[in-house]
Amino acid sequence: MPSDVLLRMEQISKAFPGVQALQAVDFELCPGEVHALVGENGAGKSTLIKVLAGVYRPDAGTIWLRGRQLRPRAPRDMMDAGVRVIYQELNLVPGLSVAENLFLGRPPRRRGLCGVVDWPAMLRQSAAILQQFGLPLSPQTKVGQLGVAQQQIIEIAKAVSCNAKVVVMDEPTAALTERETEQLFGIIRELQTLGVSIIYISHRLEEIQRIADRVTVLRDGRHIITAPRRALSSEQIIRHMVGRSVDEYYPKETLPKGQTLLEVAGLSLRDVCHNVSFQLASGEILGVAGLVGSGRTEIAELLFGRRKADSGTIRIAGQPVRIRSPRHAIQYGLGLIPEDRKRDGLVLTMSVWDNATLAILGRHATWGVVRRRPLARLVRQATGEVRLKASSPAQQVKYLSGGNQQKVVLAKWLLHDCQVYIFDEPTRGVDVGAKSEIYRLMEDLARRGAGIIMISSDLPEILNMSDRVLVVRAGQIAGELQRSAATQEAILQLAVGSAGGAS
Amino acid sequence: MKHWIGTALRQYGIFLGLIGVVIVLSACEPRFLAVENLTNILRQTSVIGIMAVGMTFVILTAGIDLSVGSILALTGVVCASLEHRGWPVVAVVAATLALGALIGTLNGIVTTVGRVTPFVVTLGTMSIARGLSHIYTGGQPISRFGAAFRYLGTGEFLGVPVPILIFALTVLLAAAVLRHTVLGRYLYAIGGNEEAALLSGISVTVYKTLAYTICGLTAALGAVVLTSRLDAGESIAGIGYELDVIAAVVIGGTSLLGGRGGVWGTLIGALLIGTINNGMNLLMISSYYQLVVKGVIIVVAVLLDRLRGD
Repeated sequence: MPSDVLLRMEQISKAFPGVQALQAVDFELCPGEVHALVGENGAGKSTLIKVLAGVYRPDAGTIWLRGRQLRPRAPRDMMDAGVRVIYQELNLVPGLSVAENLFLGRPPRRRGLCGVVDWPAMLRQSAAILQQFGLPLSPQTKVGQLGVAQQQIIEIAKAVSCNAKVVVMDEPTAALTERETEQLFGIIRELQTLGVSIIYISHRLEEIQRIADRVTVLRDGRHIITAPRRALSSEQIIRHMVGRSVDEYYPKETLPKGQTLLEVAGLSLRDVCHNVSFQLASGEILGVAGLVGSGRTEIAELLFGRRKADSGTIRIAGQPVRIRSPRHAIQYGLGLIPEDRKRDGLVLTMSVWDNATLAILGRHATWGVVRRRPLARLVRQATGEVRLKASSPAQQVKYLSGGNQQKVVLAKWLLHDCQVYIFDEPTRGVDVGAKSEIYRLMEDLARRGAGIIMISSDLPEILNMSDRVLVVRAGQIAGELQRSAATQEAILQLAVGSAGGAS
Repeated sequence: MKHWIGTALRQYGIFLGLIGVVIVLSACEPRFLAVENLTNILRQTSVIGIMAVGMTFVILTAGIDLSVGSILALTGVVCASLEHRGWPVVAVVAATLALGALIGTLNGIVTTVGRVTPFVVTLGTMSIARGLSHIYTGGQPISRFGAAFRYLGTGEFLGVPVPILIFALTVLLAAAVLRHTVLGRYLYAIGGNEEAALLSGISVTVYKTLAYTICGLTAALGAVVLTSRLDAGESIAGIGYELDVIAAVVIGGTSLLGGRGGVWGTLIGALLIGTINNGMNLLMISSYYQLVVKGVIIVVAVLLDRLRGD
């Protein structure tokens, strides 16, 4: 195998303020191979990829591509060498057409007229690329009008059409439906036959079992193991990732239902949701399932006052309330752990302390001056409870791993002592270890009498953590399932509609 | 460890620059280091410096206020005319500050509630306030005030010129507000990530508006000091001040993207501009060149900040 290595990263080390992100990590990639890179958040996957992409310069170590040593000084250098990274945040220009995006930075030009774009050639070549990837689209469609899945395929197509030899996919299926995931796998297999190698980063181990040839596990910035996929079961991979065996993955226990905390009746907003009604009791975890785009997140935003409903009533502890802003919602005891924590949950330029106290600062002030000392004790308590791993409360949250960032958001609402917690995709992009800690926290909160609304695309999570499951389809409640009746099939059937079938 | 060095450089880089400029100037021109001259620099810097403190609040929220120069003119002429009507000094000052705060608040409300970019809103206010001050005075300066009012711009307290004291108190108060109050922490949060701040229950509209209120207030405070020092309120006062004020904040390391920086940096930024202006005056360099030098310093300071930030 060593003679047949396309890419080799040797003894890569990289440190950030307060963290040794990578410590002498080795990684290699063969032509046409799908190599899965797994590890908990903060294990060093992203850093390794950014080193490969030329975004970070390693403190030590070398990168070899086809036997030639590379010293990338900018991402451009690695792109030119044939390494392309498809980040979770796609690098497309929404306002431009598919064709323009495919040829961004290198549009075909008219011969003899330098600087004049050869539109017919660009459209022709784009159409050919789209056909190769099985996308029934006009090259003139604006990228912003496409769904995430199609945008992702466009980005992959762009990479391949630039002669990429190594394509890195960072959590490519995070926002995809099962069907779209299948389509992506088809494309990956096709790329393999073309000799393109793929580094596949994912937390979804079942996907890795299906698509990967080899698996490399990182933990705490170190290389733990590289082995053929057949040689590693999912359980073994998890054990390597966390360095211990995870026995209590879902700590769910059924609690006696308390009094009703939240009653929603006939909540409607044009083009978003229609006649949504449900109740939430103290001690209950209410799962909300549904396809991406079915209106789940929007319902959460309505509850939390981020959007205003056209009609419908919300009662909290029996009292009708009007929630006009997130501030109101918070005063009524609601807390939202948003889907995209970097965009909606955290102020990345601020410290752990500042972020955790954001929702309660006003309550802990005299004449507008913050009373730091009593607050500091509360912050210590809350960060301890979520088992936050940070060097100090003064650490900036942007230097924390995804799982720890999520814990800071959680600490913020623990400090507020909410009655109702709305978790939107609580474990998206969160590693196995932090995942079970978040489940344990949910369980603790329920035991203390809080009610929890858990929006999730992760069906095992919905099935194992919920007391009851609401399925949302096209902005309406398509059905409600008790824990005993909730199965993957039943949820999917409701989610796609009985006529549509489950595939 | 590296992080600390980076932070220290970012914090003190401009300060080191200021010290470097002081060393060079004192080597070139012996008169520069005279206590009298240094006091002079501080006194000349105080008006721009006071205004820059308020501007820091606005820029921390990722906003901008182009109207401070015009607010200074309008509140200055109103201040002057109130003094002429025989109002007691305390009432004159209070009314002037209230007017500045009011204009600032209007800027803030149109920006937040009306959702117009602050650049456009304050560009409009810049013109409106300037026009109103011309209308109010008919273009004639209002001058010659009583001794009590003149004390604010020309007097001394325990040997320290009053404008310098006002400047120092403004900086200290602002630093405490930004560090220790709910308002200060919320402004950093709003500037750092407005959506997250909103979803944490912060009333973004109210706090953002308050930043403009404070900016209007400090512009009016600058007007009081300037009017008193010049012994005249003029509708042409403060033309182009917004650029010096914004420059002081930016040179001081406060990010135009919001959420990062502070008032100590602004103090250094204002002093750096003041020192260089003074030094070049002493060296008899034409004011034409001074403009060029000032522009270069702005760009270099922000470039250095960017390099260190990465």
